[in-house]
Amino acid sequence: MSLFDYTIKQLEEKLHNGEITVEELVNTSYGRIHEVDDQVHAFLTLDEEKARTKAKELDKESDKTAALFGIPSGIKDNIVTKSLRTTCASQFLDNFHDPLYNATVVNKLNQQKAVTIGKLNMDEFAMGSSNENSSYEPTRNPWNTDYVPGGSSGGSAAAVAAGEVLFALGSDTGGSIRQPAAFCGVVGLKPTYGRVSRFGLVAFASSLDQIGPITRTVEDNARVLEVISGHDVMDSTSADVEVPTYTKALTNDVKGLKIAVPKEYLSEGVTPEVKETVMQALKVYESLGATWEEVSLPHSKYAVATYYLLSSSEASANLARFDGVRYGVRSENAENMIDMFKKSRSEGFGEEVKRRIMLGTFALSSGYYDAYYKKAQKVRTLIKQDFDQIFQDYDVVIGPTTPTPAFKVGEKVDDPLTMYANDILTIPVNLAGVPGISVPCGFSGAGLPIGLQIIGKHFDEATVYRAAHAYEQATDHHKQRPQLGGAK
Amino acid sequence: MEKISKDQVKHVAHLARLHVTEEEAEMFTEHLSSIIAYAEQLNELDTTNVEPTTHVLDIKNVMRKDKPKQWITQEEALKNAPDHKGGHFRVPSILE
Repeated sequence: MSLFDYTIKQLEEKLHNGEITVEELVNTSYGRIHEVDDQVHAFLTLDEEKARTKAKELDKESDKTAALFGIPSGIKDNIVTKSLRTTCASQFLDNFHDPLYNATVVNKLNQQKAVTIGKLNMDEFAMGSSNENSSYEPTRNPWNTDYVPGGSSGGSAAAVAAGEVLFALGSDTGGSIRQPAAFCGVVGLKPTYGRVSRFGLVAFASSLDQIGPITRTVEDNARVLEVISGHDVMDSTSADVEVPTYTKALTNDVKGLKIAVPKEYLSEGVTPEVKETVMQALKVYESLGATWEEVSLPHSKYAVATYYLLSSSEASANLARFDGVRYGVRSENAENMIDMFKKSRSEGFGEEVKRRIMLGTFALSSGYYDAYYKKAQKVRTLIKQDFDQIFQDYDVVIGPTTPTPAFKVGEKVDDPLTMYANDILTIPVNLAGVPGISVPCGFSGAGLPIGLQIIGKHFDEATVYRAAHAYEQATDHHKQRPQLGGAK
Repeated sequence: MEKISKDQVKHVAHLARLHVTEEEAEMFTEHLSSIIAYAEQLNELDTTNVEPTTHVLDIKNVMRKDKPKQWITQEEALKNAPDHKGGHFRVPSILE
């Protein structure tokens, strides 16, 4: 048994009564990384020396009451860390060794005395659903390394699943926390848009991006969200809404909870195995005293097209900053300044990033703006209204996180549209700006995890957590561990 | 709409400050055409009286006093730059 099989709360007790030290926790992390990361490839950069020094310092402190005291954590590599290399898994930022500041979420973790173990692999600039768009060695699924871990926060989910860190931060623009959490059998939450500051998150699609926690248990997830949430003067889109004590919402009581199950979430492209697993989960909710009814999200089938137009348009503007002037890798083959921009970007960006910049630039260009960008913004309104209407009568929406379990490495790389369709159940949540979580709800015949998605009202993460926790406590899927090589 | 042409793709690449080879231009022509064709499904919906969503929450403009404060030094600002000289970022010549 690993120390990481305990919850943060259990480890806190062990630290307080002197049973373990932070040094042991940090040793557990690096020990496991050195043991399995050449199979998993979850980490891009390790911060071993600093983490070990910090562990020794923390062990000398008499006050160990901080919420994440000594807890080893991993940070997705699109979240800026001062003086710690931040690449977004892009060759363009391969040499970005010395960022000038910390993202607000990193400062908040530091204030609560968490230990940063390193930076986690991802699809380049968070564009992808499999980690195969990482410009480094792509992360593999710890449950079976022939399969993808999902994306874009694939490194974050795989690191937690493989027991390399106790929690990780990811970012979710169209499912990038929930989908890899589902594929790797861990808990991943995308908070309400505005719940967590995006300051220091390298922007992909600013109207959709949110940072959130990936953990092994719902309780740990709630604990991390409590720490990273809240208004931030550095991000004017972060909401000035009080942060509840989410861990107090974990009452194990879902009697009378009203669940909506969209019929679209059990049809289009959802495999019988996934559907059956979700139906089983609904039976668990029934046994706990909750009720569910079938509803419709009639515009959800338009979500993928809407999302790719809007997110790519925003990306084309956001990624204009990568010009080879202030940081990053500059092409050495340039003849003049414009040529330098073009060649630096073309040599530094991978194919998917270029494809999305091209799509977004096209959708925003003169003559096409109304037909594509503005049209998509209008359809977004309809998708959001679908959720608004359902939430007048129900507490949460439940369905699968993904239509299928993890797919094989290389299976979908040749056709962008097939890859995009994998996000059909997670994208509507980002377009509506509501919170959504993925919790483990079973395994496929091939032994790959399946995720249950629970979606809530704006700023009602408390109910999402309560529903997720009650289900988790009634089942034991979250206690399963992948059989990677090495001692368990 | 009609298919996107290779010339259009090259024009878009220029706007996006991307250098594309002939092969890449052909590939992006094919991919962009199929993605845009897929996106045409949005035209099934009548959105005449629908307001576009730019932001999911009601937010108001955030104002603050325009007071300078210490953020980073000039040295820090330049330390990640590929090229700099005399306290400035240096780039290749703008004019040919």
